[in-house]
Amino acid sequence: MNGPERKEDEVRRMMDAAHPVVPAGLGPRAAEQGARLLRRHRAVRRAWIGLLVVLVIACAVWATVTEPWAVPPSDTTPPLDW
Amino acid sequence: MDRRRVHEFEAFVAGASSRLLHAATLLTAEPPAANPLAQRLLTGALARTYAHWDRLRGEDPYNRTRQELALRFARSAWRYHRVRGGVLDRLSPQERLILVLRLYEGVEEEQTAAIIGLPADRVRAICSRAVSTMRSARRAPGRPLLRTAS
Repeated sequence: MNGPERKEDEVRRMMDAAHPVVPAGLGPRAAEQGARLLRRHRAVRRAWIGLLVVLVIACAVWATVTEPWAVPPSDTTPPLDW
Repeated sequence: MDRRRVHEFEAFVAGASSRLLHAATLLTAEPPAANPLAQRLLTGALARTYAHWDRLRGEDPYNRTRQELALRFARSAWRYHRVRGGVLDRLSPQERLILVLRLYEGVEEEQTAAIIGLPADRVRAICSRAVSTMRSARRAPGRPLLRTAS
């Protein structure tokens, strides 16, 4: 084993000394917090989809009422030049 | 769907939490017997893994949690400057993060660099500096630190 690797191994052993005990509630607490996060993500996604649907409907209603593609009747007569 | 996720997550936590909590405790430099910051860090990272459980698509949940843990720690590193009595408490938060990822977790240099957002040669330099700090600290406990330039 060469120098740097030996040094790294030494530090690795120092880090491996005392292990903490995992408290019993840590997993369930994380799951609960994660479930809350998941609900929030879903609610935000639903809100975006809802907003999109409302926008599409509003656009369709506006288009059928105003018919922006129809050519407005012209109120100037074409010039008569002959 | 929910029940399956809960079961799978429980099994994952049972297998991985001991190692992850040790890594978190090394990061926060708290003593193993009193590590509330490490517990909070890990709970947050695990919660995120839970929330993404159905979208992991074959990705290892352990890797994902470890990465989340590292990112959370890096984001809030300013909180962890105080000396708290852990093994790595003579190192800066960044040195601890690199040492834990590289040596304790065995993450590749390139991947560590990507997680932290530094070039790989900087990661190597910081890692070897942290290694020599730790070794000199062991040889002269209690004495002021002799920082060795890398």
